[in-house]
Amino acid sequence: MKRVSLFVTCIVDQVFPEVGIAVTEVLERLGYEVDFPAAQTCCGQPALNSGYPDEAARVARHFLDIFRDAEYVVVPSGSCASMITHHYEEIFEHDAERAEQIRRLTPRVWEFSRFLLEVARVESVGARFKGVVTYHDSCHGLRELGLKAGPRRLLANVEGLTLREMEAAEECCGFGGTFSVKFPEVSGGMARTKIESIRKTEADAVVSVDSSCLMQLQGVMRRAGVPIRTLHLAEILASR
Amino acid sequence: MSDRPTEGFNKTLDDPRLQLAIYSATKRLMDHRANAIEPSRLPDYQQLRDHANHIKKHTIEHLDYYLEQLETNLIAHGGKVVYCRDGAEVADFVLGVARDRDARLIVKSKSMTTEEIDLNDGLERGRVETVETDLGEYILQLAHQHPYHIVAPALHMTRYDVAEIFAKNLGVPNEVVIENQTKIARAVLREKFLKADIGVTGANFLIADSGAVVLVENEGNARLTTSAPKIHIAVAGIEKVIPRAQDLGVFLNLLGRSATGQPLTVYTSFLSGPRRASEIDGPDEFYLVLLDNGRTKLLADPEKRQSLYCIRCGACLNHCPVYRKIGGHNYPWIYSGPIGAIITPQFHGVSEDSWLPFASSLCGACAEVCPVKIEIPKVLLKLRAEVTQAERREGRGGLERFTFVVWAWIMTHPKLYLALARIGSKLAPLAPNIGPLRNWAREREVPRIASRSFHQWWARRERAKPHPQ
Amino acid sequence: MTSRQQILDDIRRALGRAHSQPPAPLAAPLLRIPQLARNLYTSLFVQNLEKLAGKCSVVRDASSVIPLLRDLLQGKRAVASNAPFLETCGIAGLPEVQSGFTDREALREACATADVGITSVDYALAETGTFVMLASPQDARMISLLPPVHVAVFPQSRILTNLDELLSVVPKPADETSSMVLITGPSRTADIEQILVRGVHGPGGVYAIIVEDE
Repeated sequence: MKRVSLFVTCIVDQVFPEVGIAVTEVLERLGYEVDFPAAQTCCGQPALNSGYPDEAARVARHFLDIFRDAEYVVVPSGSCASMITHHYEEIFEHDAERAEQIRRLTPRVWEFSRFLLEVARVESVGARFKGVVTYHDSCHGLRELGLKAGPRRLLANVEGLTLREMEAAEECCGFGGTFSVKFPEVSGGMARTKIESIRKTEADAVVSVDSSCLMQLQGVMRRAGVPIRTLHLAEILASR
Repeated sequence: MSDRPTEGFNKTLDDPRLQLAIYSATKRLMDHRANAIEPSRLPDYQQLRDHANHIKKHTIEHLDYYLEQLETNLIAHGGKVVYCRDGAEVADFVLGVARDRDARLIVKSKSMTTEEIDLNDGLERGRVETVETDLGEYILQLAHQHPYHIVAPALHMTRYDVAEIFAKNLGVPNEVVIENQTKIARAVLREKFLKADIGVTGANFLIADSGAVVLVENEGNARLTTSAPKIHIAVAGIEKVIPRAQDLGVFLNLLGRSATGQPLTVYTSFLSGPRRASEIDGPDEFYLVLLDNGRTKLLADPEKRQSLYCIRCGACLNHCPVYRKIGGHNYPWIYSGPIGAIITPQFHGVSEDSWLPFASSLCGACAEVCPVKIEIPKVLLKLRAEVTQAERREGRGGLERFTFVVWAWIMTHPKLYLALARIGSKLAPLAPNIGPLRNWAREREVPRIASRSFHQWWARRERAKPHPQ
Repeated sequence: MTSRQQILDDIRRALGRAHSQPPAPLAAPLLRIPQLARNLYTSLFVQNLEKLAGKCSVVRDASSVIPLLRDLLQGKRAVASNAPFLETCGIAGLPEVQSGFTDREALREACATADVGITSVDYALAETGTFVMLASPQDARMISLLPPVHVAVFPQSRILTNLDELLSVVPKPADETSSMVLITGPSRTADIEQILVRGVHGPGGVYAIIVEDE
């Protein structure tokens, strides 16, 4: 049986565990044995984004120690996956040993939707979800991992689901990690613009591959009384 | 991180008319660009970007060589080259020429470089009348305002604003029809063009192998500025040089399409030196002012010097969700948007306006559309690290640093992380009153920390499994 | 130390380069010249200039230009350049046309009050509907700039495909002239509320008269 190691990400672990549960269910249904190294915590992104690369490196080394021999690492987050595959190398610019480790590990680190499409090679996981959803292109996933058509193909194969595109699907939701609390008014303004686009689709839910985006959108929609749900792609794919 | 202009931000965010103006103007420019680079129209768009990046990299890395070549060739065509360290030297030079030639009136075409050094102020102080001739810049000059956007300087104004400005400054009746406003400006400025002693422009590109200055525009004011007066002075940052005339195709294609969706702007002028002896009209004297003003500082950093590749197309502004919210006047310097965010701290030092590199969600839309492939988010991250290092040296920012040191410690000690998370989930309802979460809560509902984390779910599931024999 | 010396020194120090150190090799210019059947050049040019609200007429030969031009001028005052091709078309002889200027001031005065400026072109670019004009004794800058209408009369043999082809035909424009101008349609702006207005400073009316058989 094939084994995958799950890096669930700190936000899913603490705020949206249902996403991790959904990922586990989908992978197990596809015949994978899911391993969850309990020592995992975070990818280090918050520190890097706030200008503390040394602290990010500490956390990145912890990640490498846990995952460096994994066959596959599956990550249900575009931004965390791209932190590992696109930014760790620069963090370890001056550390040859760690740089080598991340170089060897990077090809085995997969954002969840790309894992399904490119490793498991499935476009349908037998999911059923009745409703209209609209898809938000999370920035890191879109621009650093090329996630655009892939998640949409997966959604297209969900029985009962109607995908309705929003205008400006590629516009940032305004989260940006610590940006959301350092510049709350701008972050909130960006989210409200995004939510206008979402609202116009009259969808039941907005879906993305990044829980941080969903958390931002959910927070603003709840404040504004907009009754649209936020769902991670994994939750849709786990639905029966 | 220093204080950002919260009042200014809020004023812009709370103005629905302004928000709509910014949003629709940038959307229009985004759409024009998207049309112009569509695969059926420009199938090798990505290849062009790569090539442009390669040429800029090469030129910047051999800048002295190409500047000297430019200089030699321009002098051979009868022009003069003047190097200026800063804005004061530029103003002194221009005023010197004005004095020597008894010049009273200068006409200017749009140049961000001259805005950067407040040249008009310097010239006014020298008592030489200086008139902007680009329509948007002219309106701004009358209103004593700075450009709102690199390509569309008066983006934030309505026809009613313009009517008021013209009525107040030109003594004309209140005219709100845009076509008529344009006619008014045309008539006033035509008189200035024909009377002016000196024409001052910027330069979009400097061509080393030709000793030439290239100007692109749609109105015709740059052509008039460089053809009507007897003296032409072009002021350009040293980074504007490209090696060969034959490189222009790549750059003009990218500039026009990225800026306004035009493969070529209405007028592209390729000017090298004063008019030749047999030519009928054109300036008798031609000066190229090469400005440093701190560019050599940026040059010294191998990872950030790519910031000098910029061809000032404005695409990054149009696509930036932050710019589209706060607008051009909330940036601390003349250059706004993502390019402004990366060059301002490099010119002014990271301790000044240290909030600027953090005012980004790092969405990457800018890097995606930059025609010369400047890695803007990467440079922002570097600048953020430099800000925190500078704060450390200056004995500031201790609390935030301490927070992240502690955070890193927790995140590398899993048992502690899990224990604290369990406590955190119990304290969750109190969260909105604490520090950063208070900022969060101002705009959004605060999410609940799950009562059972994934870690706990997994551990429980493992315990419930039958033990292996 | 002069500013020049200081700046060049600062640059070299920043780059770690020595004085007169030659540069690394640079990739050849990327010239993308489309393969287009020559007989399509004129129609492509017309299509692209008309897209920009320029107007075009294609005439058989040089002798057909005058009637068309008179019709266009409607008795208005025009200034024409000294281009030989305009001579070939007999334009200088028209009563409403002033030409033969060699003095800068006299030319400027005439252009400032003329309704129409008539020139030829050195080249035209089909892909963008562009006139390419090199300043010379035959072609002054002001004629295509001051009057509110610009008429360009030229043989179709001068049409090239695009800017890259122009730059391969004229790789060093600076050797030929102090001013090479590419004119692509009427002057325009969208500076106020993004509303398009034509004829801001340069001509608002642009006409091309293309002669098939010179």
